[in-house]
Amino acid sequence: MKLLINTFIIIALSAIAQLFLPWWSIAVVAFLVGYFATDSGWQAFGAGFLALVMLWGGYSLFIDQANEHILSSKMAQLFKLPSSYLLIIITSIIGGIVAGLSAMSGRLIKGLM
Amino acid sequence: MKYVKFLSAFISTVALIYVLDRPLVPAPALGRFLSPFTGFWQNAESTSGFKDQTYAMEGLKDKVEVVYDERMVPHIFAHNEEDLFFMQGYVTAANRLWQMEIQTHNAAGRVSEIIGEKTLEVDRLQRRIGLGYGAEKAEEFITNDPQSKTILHAYCDGINAYIKSLSPKDYPLEYKLLGYAPEAWTPIKVALLLKNMANMLSVFEFDVENTNFIAKYGEEAFKHLYKEQDDFNEFIIPKGTKWDFKAEEGFAKGTNEKSIIRKITVGAKDQAPYESYNQVLEKPNDITGSNNWAVSGTKTKSGLPLLCNDPHLQLNLPSIWYEMHLVAPGINAYGATLPGAPCVISGFNDSIAWGVTNGGRDVRDWFKIQFKDDSFDEYLVDGKWEKAKKRVEVIKIKNASPYMDTVIYTRYGPVVFDPTFKKASSKNLLSLKWTAHLPSNEFKTFYMLNKGKNYDDYRGALKNYVCPAQNFVFASRSNDIAMVEQGTFPNVAEEVVDGADSKNDWTAFIPSEHNPSHKNPERGFVSSANQLPVDETYPYPISKVGVYENFRSIRINKLLGIAEKMDADYMKKMHSDNYNVFAEMILPSLIRIAEKSGKLKEYSNILNLLKNWNLRNDANLKEPVLFELWSTEFIDLLWDEMADPELPMKRPNSYLTANFLKNDSTSIFYDNLQTGEREDREAIVLQAFSKGMTKLKEKYGSLDKIQDWGTHKATYVQHIAKLDPLSRLDVYCGGNRGIINATSATHGPSWKMVVDFGENKAYCVYPGGESGNPGSKYYDNMIDTWAKGEYYTVELSNDLEKVRQKALFKTTYTKK
Repeated sequence: MKLLINTFIIIALSAIAQLFLPWWSIAVVAFLVGYFATDSGWQAFGAGFLALVMLWGGYSLFIDQANEHILSSKMAQLFKLPSSYLLIIITSIIGGIVAGLSAMSGRLIKGLM
Repeated sequence: MKYVKFLSAFISTVALIYVLDRPLVPAPALGRFLSPFTGFWQNAESTSGFKDQTYAMEGLKDKVEVVYDERMVPHIFAHNEEDLFFMQGYVTAANRLWQMEIQTHNAAGRVSEIIGEKTLEVDRLQRRIGLGYGAEKAEEFITNDPQSKTILHAYCDGINAYIKSLSPKDYPLEYKLLGYAPEAWTPIKVALLLKNMANMLSVFEFDVENTNFIAKYGEEAFKHLYKEQDDFNEFIIPKGTKWDFKAEEGFAKGTNEKSIIRKITVGAKDQAPYESYNQVLEKPNDITGSNNWAVSGTKTKSGLPLLCNDPHLQLNLPSIWYEMHLVAPGINAYGATLPGAPCVISGFNDSIAWGVTNGGRDVRDWFKIQFKDDSFDEYLVDGKWEKAKKRVEVIKIKNASPYMDTVIYTRYGPVVFDPTFKKASSKNLLSLKWTAHLPSNEFKTFYMLNKGKNYDDYRGALKNYVCPAQNFVFASRSNDIAMVEQGTFPNVAEEVVDGADSKNDWTAFIPSEHNPSHKNPERGFVSSANQLPVDETYPYPISKVGVYENFRSIRINKLLGIAEKMDADYMKKMHSDNYNVFAEMILPSLIRIAEKSGKLKEYSNILNLLKNWNLRNDANLKEPVLFELWSTEFIDLLWDEMADPELPMKRPNSYLTANFLKNDSTSIFYDNLQTGEREDREAIVLQAFSKGMTKLKEKYGSLDKIQDWGTHKATYVQHIAKLDPLSRLDVYCGGNRGIINATSATHGPSWKMVVDFGENKAYCVYPGGESGNPGSKYYDNMIDTWAKGEYYTVELSNDLEKVRQKALFKTTYTKK
C-alpha cells in the first residue's frame, strides 16, 4: 500500500516539476520522496521505478497514439530498433531506473543519519 | 556497509544522470531526448483535434487571422502590409525554422558551428567564393530602400517573435537531434538565402574548363564539339524574332574576337589552381532544369490565358518551397514561398500569374592575378602595383577553437584558391568576379509581382532583379502573355582572362530592356525550359558552352504548337509527359550501329524491345532501364577524355552528343582511354552496350529479371541532413532529366503549378508537405499525389469567409 502511495506521490510531483524544470528533476523528486516517505531501500527503488515507468511510459504512449506512430516509427529506424513500441519501453525504463536509484539513495542516506 | 550501499546507489544515480544529459555523438543526450516532457516525443504532433485559437501578439499593429486549410496551407489575412509580412515570417518559422536556419548557415559558411571540424573545408569554400561578402552588399542595398527595409524588418520581427516564444521542449526535432538551439533571425539571413540560390543556379560558366580544353585539344576541336555540332532550334525567343536595338558599346559581337584580346595562355602542366578547382567546384554536365510556359487566350478553351511552372530542383525534405496565401489591402498573392525570404516566388494574384526557370547564362569570370610576392599584398594592373584587400573570415567550430581564414580580394573579387586553400600554386591565382557579388534587391521584384496588376507592373518589377538570372513567364487576366530572361548580364569572357589588363574587366552591362523578351507572340504561347535564350541574330554575344538543354523545349513547343483550345487538363498532362526526346535523337543511331556490326545477335530480343519502345520513360516500362544504361555508358565512354581528374573540362551535353554521334563517325574522341586499342564509333557503341548490360545482370541476376523504370530509378526525397528515416525513399514515378516530367532519382519538379484564369482556379502540388516537422502528418503528405501526377485545387479569394469554409482551423492574433 505504502509503495503505491509513494509511487503516486512521485508521479504527481515529478509531472509538475517537469513542466518547469529539466528532465533530471525526476531524480530530485524521487530522492526527496525516498528520504521522507519510504520504509526501505528496495521499497524506495520500487516506488521510483514504477512511478517513472508509468509516467514516462504512459505519457509517451499517449503521445504516440495521438500521433499514429508517425514519429516513433521514424525514431525507431534512426536508432535501429525493430519496433516503435520498444522506444516507449526504453523511454520508460530509463526514467524508471533514474528515479528508482535516486529514491533508493534518498532512503539510504536517511539510514545514515 | 550502509555507507557503501548509499554511496553506490548515489554515485550510480549521479553518474547515470550525467551520462544521460551529455550528447553521445552521433546520438543526442538520451535523458533529454527521450523524456516525453522535453524530448522528441514533444515533436510527435497529434493528428487530429485542431481547434480555433486566439493569441495576443506583441509587434502587431492590428488583428491578423491565419486560416489553415485541409493541407495546412496558411491563408494570412492582415489589415496592413507590415502585419502581413510579420505573420509570413512568424508562420513560416513555426513550420520551417530549422530548415531556414541551416540553409542560411550553409550559405554563410557556418555549418562547422553545429557539426564540428568535419565541415570546415565546406564552410571555407562558401566564404571564399564570397557569398557572405555578396550578402552584406545586398543587405545594405535593400535597407537603403525604405519600403523594402520596412517589409524585410517586419518579416524578420515575425520570425524572431516565434523564436522567442520557444522553450527547449518546443524546438524542432533536428535541434534536439544535433543538440543546439535556434538563434535570432537577422536581415542578412534573407540576403544570404538569395545568395544561396545564386550559388545553386548561376555558377554555370566554364571559363576554366574551356581554357583547359583548348590548351589540350586546340581551338578547332573546341569549335567542332561545342559550336558546329549544335543546331539548336527551339530558342526561348523563337528564331526569326526581329531585334529593334543594337548592342551597347563594350560588347564585341562574336565571342572569338573578344577571347583573342582577352585570352591568356596556360600551360597544361602548370595547372595547380585548376586542379583544386576540379575537386571543389565541380559542375553537373546535364541539369534537370525547369519548365514554364503561358498560353494566350487565342489558344485556350476559355479564351483567357493558362500559365504553368515547374522548377526542378533537388528533392528534399523539408521541401524547398512553402505554399502560402498572403492577403492585405493591395495584395492577394498565392503560391510557393522560399522559407526565410518574404513574398511569393512562383505564384499568382487576382490579376497576373508568374513563374521562373533558370537562365543558365554565364555571369562569372576568372581573372588571373599576378602578385608581387608571396605576401599577396600587391598585384599588377596596367603596369602598376595595386593593393589587395584582405578579409578575415572567423569560422567558429563546435568543440574546437575558431579558424581564421584570410581571403585576398582584388578589384575583381575574391581569390578563391590560394596556397592555404586546396594548395593552389601562388604563381597561378585566380580572382572570381560574379554578379552574385553585386548589390541587389531581388526580393523587391517578387514584392512588386505579388502586387502587380498588368504587363507594365511585371516589367517594372523585373528591373530590380540581378542574380541568379531567371526566365520569368507572365500571363494576365487582361490576356497578355510574356517571357523575359531577366538578370544582370555583363560582358563576360568565355575563358580565363588576364587580370593584369584592366580592359579585361567588365566594362558594360546589357540594359534591362535589351534582355531577351517577347510579348503576345503570334504562335499564341511563350515557353522556356533552360534552353539557349536567343539565336545568332540577338545583338549581344552569348556563350554556347553551358548547361543549356534543348530536349524539354522541343517537346513543350511541339505540344503547345499542335493543340488548339487548351485547358488545365491538357496542361496537367503536359507536366506528366514522359516522352524522351534524347532517346528519339540518339537511339536510332545506337541501334543502327549495333545491328550493322552484327555482333549483338544474342541480344536481338533486347534490341527489338528498344526498337518497338514508344520512347516514353513511363514508370511501368522496362525499356527505359535498358536505354538509360546503354546511353549513360556510351556518354561516359565517349567523353572519357573530359573526365581527367587533373584537368577539369566540360563534356558536351546530351543534345550535342546525340548530334555528334549522328554526324561524326571518325573523331578521336571515340577512343576509350582505358584500353590500349584505338576505338572507333562502332567499337564504343558495342562496349557501352556490353557494360550497361553487365551492370544490369549484376544488379538483377539476369536480364529477364530487370525491374520497371519506376522501381529501378527509385526516386527519393531526402531529408536535408541526409537521414534516411526522415526521408521518403522509393517514390514510384516516371520521367527523367531531359523529359518534361524531369524527375530523376534525386531531382525533379519541386513545385508544380497550373493557373487557369478562365476557370478562376489554380492547381498546385509539391513533393513534400507544409510542415517541416517529421513528427507531423503534414510532413510528406503531398508526395504520393505528386508522384501520381495529381494536383490540389486552389481557389484564390480575398474573402475570409469563403476561405474559412475549407478551413481545418483558424488562429487569430490580436495586437498586445
